[in-house]
Amino acid sequence: MKKLIANREIDVNEEGYLLDFNQWDKEIGTYIANECNVSMTDKHWEVIDYLQDKHHKEEALSIRGIKKSGVINIKEFYNLFPGGPLKISTKIAGIPKPKSCI
Amino acid sequence: MKKLVILGAGTAGTMMANHLVKKLPKKEWQITIVDQYKTHYYQPGFLFLPFDTYTEEQVKKTGKKFIPKGVNYIQKKIELIKPETNKVELENNESIDYDILIVATGSKTAPDETDGLLGPLWRKDIFDFYTFEGAKALRDKLRTWEGGKMVVHITEMPIKCPVAPLEFAFLADTFFKKKGMRDKVEITYVTPLDGAFTKPTCTKALNYLLEEKNIKIETDFAIMEVDNDKKVIVDYVDREIPFDLLVTVPTNMGDEVIERSGLGDDLNFIPTHKHTLQSKEHKNIFVIGDATDVPASKAGSVAHFQAETLTDNIILFTKGFKLKQEFDGHANCFIETGDNKALLIDFNYDQEPVHGTFPFAKIGPLKLLKESVFNHWGKLAFRWIYWNMLLKGIPIPFVGRNMSFKGKIFDIKENN
Repeated sequence: MKKLIANREIDVNEEGYLLDFNQWDKEIGTYIANECNVSMTDKHWEVIDYLQDKHHKEEALSIRGIKKSGVINIKEFYNLFPGGPLKISTKIAGIPKPKSCI
Repeated sequence: MKKLVILGAGTAGTMMANHLVKKLPKKEWQITIVDQYKTHYYQPGFLFLPFDTYTEEQVKKTGKKFIPKGVNYIQKKIELIKPETNKVELENNESIDYDILIVATGSKTAPDETDGLLGPLWRKDIFDFYTFEGAKALRDKLRTWEGGKMVVHITEMPIKCPVAPLEFAFLADTFFKKKGMRDKVEITYVTPLDGAFTKPTCTKALNYLLEEKNIKIETDFAIMEVDNDKKVIVDYVDREIPFDLLVTVPTNMGDEVIERSGLGDDLNFIPTHKHTLQSKEHKNIFVIGDATDVPASKAGSVAHFQAETLTDNIILFTKGFKLKQEFDGHANCFIETGDNKALLIDFNYDQEPVHGTFPFAKIGPLKLLKESVFNHWGKLAFRWIYWNMLLKGIPIPFVGRNMSFKGKIFDIKENN
């Protein structure tokens, strides 16, 4: 489906995750962050960069990965993206959230 | 004589031995398989063992029985893989050379990765069911347990058979109902993901199950430690979930030999091309089953479909041809939902589970993504298929290696 994000028509799935990373830029990320009640700081963007990099290398995203990333520790990660850090940060990053098989 | 060596005689390794012994010319190739353990377990049976549905004998057999004649079987510990010299070191300073190596060393639980999990309550009030010993200990516990808070918990992804913990919760609901003590048990399902169902199609089709079975859910829970004194699990934002009986799925990791050999990622899974199953680093090393890092489910059906593609690719490789970019992440799994019913799901890397019939369009007899008694029989029949067909590399009729799109409904509406 299409969604108007930062005045652009963006392809998203039913949960609002971007379907095509090529449509992503920082403006789109900031708009989604606002929807999730997150105001972005340099630290937030550092985490987003890390997640996008992992995604492009086709490496799985996990809390363990965050722990070993050297970018941030897990408590900080929860503080930056309260509620569900991986599901919120991936949405802002324009990449799929971690999933199970169903 | 050229040498092909398979490491691991579990589901994937055994299937590869059976496929390749028929396909590789005997005059040119010697096939060897190495595994330190004598027993081959039917791992899907670990889900049923705790509820006394299966006996111990039904889930284990001697592994050697399934290794075909003409394959050299070595029951020894693997110490080190040395890709630079094409050698594998075994215990007692023995070593074997290979021209082609297939790594099928699987994944296993690593409870020591979580603080407090192996504390004083381990195997007293804290259990796993991903090992034979754990499932058996939990069975003994459940036989006499008088009720309380049962917490079914996933430590972190990826895990083998990602849906098994949810099936466990459903079967526990049925188990306690049958025992006439469901009112004495509170079941909570705790996941690091954002729901019990994480794909929109499944959330729509299946969310009713949790409510129907009165299973509580705690999401986005990344465990920090188990507090044995307070009998709670604690996450990184100090959220506490109390338990009387904790059934946990510990971190799953690839074998230590992968770490020792420097071949794996953080979790000892080997970086592998997801469509060819060739190792990303070494051209003559191939990886199959749970040992890979490919974004498919870690499940027997996946290993089965991979084995068909990998067999073709090994043959192509021996002839110097280009590999097939074929494996599509296909998985096909029965999911027990309790009350003698089950679901069947069919999906791949790109396509989420769909509605429809399986394996025949419009006829079935199995229904996808919908509860039915027939699917439950399918799951129980699968144990026979596993021992008698799957391990031996006999193709399952009408079920192809790649996902078929016939007879499937892709536009899933709510309450379908």
